[in-house]
Amino acid sequence: MALSGLEIYKNLPKTNCKECGFPTCLAFAMKLAAKGVELSACPYVSEAAKQALEAAAAPPIRLVTIGADSRKIEVGNEVVLFRHEKTFYHQPGIVVRVKDTEPADQIAKTAKEVGGYSVERVGLQLTLDGIAIENTSGDPAKFAAAVKAVKDTATVPLILMSQDPKAMEAALEVAKDGKPLIYAATSQNWQEMAGLAKKYSAPLAVYSKDGLDQLAELTKNIAGAGVADLMLDPGARGMLDSLQMMTQLRRLALKKNFRALGYPIITFPGEGVDSLEEEAATAAQHVAKYAGVIVLNSFNPAVAYPLLTERLNLFTDPQKPIQVEPKLYAIGEANEKSPLLVTTNFSLTYFSVAGEVENSRIPAWLLVTDAEGMSVLTAWAAGKFDAEKIAKAVKSSGVEQKVPHKKIIIPGYVATLSGELEEELPGWDILVGTREAVDIPAYLRSAWSA
Amino acid sequence: MAVEIPVEKWAGKVREVTIGATASEGGTRSKTVTVGGESTLPFLQFEGQLPHRPVIAVEIHDAEPTDWSPTLLGALGDVVKDPAAWAKKAEEWGADLIFMRLVSTNPDGENRKPEAAAEVVKSVLKAVGLPLIVYGGAGIEHNPDVLVKVAQATEGERLVLGPAEDKNYRTIVAGCLAHGHIVSAFTPMDLNLAKQLNILVSDVGLSPDRIIVDPNTGALGYGLEYCVSVIERLRLSALQGDSMTQMPIISLAGEESWRTKESKVSEGVPEAWGDFAELGLIWETTTATTLLHSGADIVTLRHPKSVALIKSVIDKLGKGA
Ligand code: SF4
Repeated sequence: MALSGLEIYKNLPKTNCKECGFPTCLAFAMKLAAKGVELSACPYVSEAAKQALEAAAAPPIRLVTIGADSRKIEVGNEVVLFRHEKTFYHQPGIVVRVKDTEPADQIAKTAKEVGGYSVERVGLQLTLDGIAIENTSGDPAKFAAAVKAVKDTATVPLILMSQDPKAMEAALEVAKDGKPLIYAATSQNWQEMAGLAKKYSAPLAVYSKDGLDQLAELTKNIAGAGVADLMLDPGARGMLDSLQMMTQLRRLALKKNFRALGYPIITFPGEGVDSLEEEAATAAQHVAKYAGVIVLNSFNPAVAYPLLTERLNLFTDPQKPIQVEPKLYAIGEANEKSPLLVTTNFSLTYFSVAGEVENSRIPAWLLVTDAEGMSVLTAWAAGKFDAEKIAKAVKSSGVEQKVPHKKIIIPGYVATLSGELEEELPGWDILVGTREAVDIPAYLRSAWSA
Repeated sequence: MAVEIPVEKWAGKVREVTIGATASEGGTRSKTVTVGGESTLPFLQFEGQLPHRPVIAVEIHDAEPTDWSPTLLGALGDVVKDPAAWAKKAEEWGADLIFMRLVSTNPDGENRKPEAAAEVVKSVLKAVGLPLIVYGGAGIEHNPDVLVKVAQATEGERLVLGPAEDKNYRTIVAGCLAHGHIVSAFTPMDLNLAKQLNILVSDVGLSPDRIIVDPNTGALGYGLEYCVSVIERLRLSALQGDSMTQMPIISLAGEESWRTKESKVSEGVPEAWGDFAELGLIWETTTATTLLHSGADIVTLRHPKSVALIKSVIDKLGKGA
């Protein structure tokens, strides 16, 4: 959390010696608050003050990394409760759990499916993030073998689930290069687990279902023992309890700068629910409301795809509307007789129009112009979607070779452009389409007879 | 280590709106449904009141849908041919309300006359005791004619009629005023436009407890994030005390999510999408769950299994309320 100049000033020597280049300590503090100068410019800050200032300047929710490869999970460092206030920065990791009591080939199969899962959306490849291995058997050797089976099949971040430090150590020996998440330290085992987290430089999840007081006590002890990268499991299961608990944790971190609970949260939406669909709904809640890592009970693409899409949606920066690539898109099996529509590259506009053209079941060409990611009306008002720009897109896209019919359908909202566009595109017929995307199917069915 | 839970004290709360009227209130409904009244963000019962849980409006059409997903048509069966039978089924599934879209009035389609559409609405009212939300399907220009006829034919039933938009709200609101109904004020995903329309509707003389806000719905993968943010902003503004944002919110989760490619395409489904029937269902419930968490008071749904699931979600989140 950013400190104010006055808060910083309190920690300075207040001698106004000017060696930092500023006339007073207060002036220096103000500049520091505005991030215009480094604290090291003052040679006289005490070690204690330095630490206090650095700690206070750290993010309210610690950034924690699980995994060592390029496919690592980075969570935390969030600064708002609602995405419109700024943005959500780090997408929650979505992982799938296997149990060490399952047959080795079953474990390997799940690991392969999860590790290899990839679904295309908006030109992006969405993937699952990792695998959690649970020491259900209680047997350290079995646990280590299961971890090995996973590690040999999939190169994804791992979460090791056991409360037995012996089993954990056996598993860590197998997975040690991969910085797996250790789940979990409890009031019973925290000293040993903290020791393991240090030895293997792995992040550590802390579990307590006895309320936030207990949880905070535990994290304080563990942080005191020298483990900085922690995650929280406050033990809340079910939709209502987890919503309330996770909201409280996010608020404590952001509004109170409460360090002992300023860590990302791990959740298990499949615990205590009656069906796959209920697990999916609980996971959907956790994506929206404050999870850092979500552990699903099983691999199912019909659950994974919606959750990955929700995550993609909610973690989109609201200040930067996603843009689609300005180019010519073929919707369905478009050919030289298919209609040609033009719209802007605001993603929502593009998807609405493309979706409705698809709904019409009439294959078509969709020419998307570069309107800096604005919708049709906004772009038109801002001069980013005018006759000149449309004509330019027509010429540069090569659509003239694709549609000899030379008819172009413009959005109903910019009907006024048709005259100018006729001048810019001699020989073309300018047709005025619908204002709303939803009316496109009816329009195409009745108006298109090329 | 003592942890003090931060609790928000909000200055405002969401307005209560009662939909439907029983015989003693001038209608024929067997019960009414009240939405709104929250004095906190969705389901945060540790700091505020949730006097009425969010409700489910099951969507039906006044004419047989021809382009719906096979998953959906399979689950609904023959009732889609008869709006009254369909509404009855919805009541059995546990609907709190019926959301009826008058698609047959679309001039580019069947172009059914307003009087005929109003007759279908009456047949549904006869078949079920649940309160009704009736949406036009004739477009911004023709919806007022249709909705005014429906308003007349169902005098005193306290239906929700919509969508009333900035270009056509006057006639629709007048119909609601004259015949004792509620209006659903529709704006395209913008807090200020939503607020502005509420002001305009109130200026015509409709009391604020007869306005529902429809801030436009984006399905999962199709603008859900815009929808989440506009609802969250509306709700925060309501709790902060801005009276023209304090109306309960409706989200058309069913209609929007079943229009998406993910729910509709039944052939050539990519392997990464998994089971097609399951995907359509989870697309709808994920959309609905996310919108409920943003602040929706009414969600529309289409699939009977979604109704059951979202009902249990609301029961769990609203426990104690
Ligand atoms: S160098 Fe340090 S002590 Fe001297 S004026 Fe600057 S801030 Fe103050």
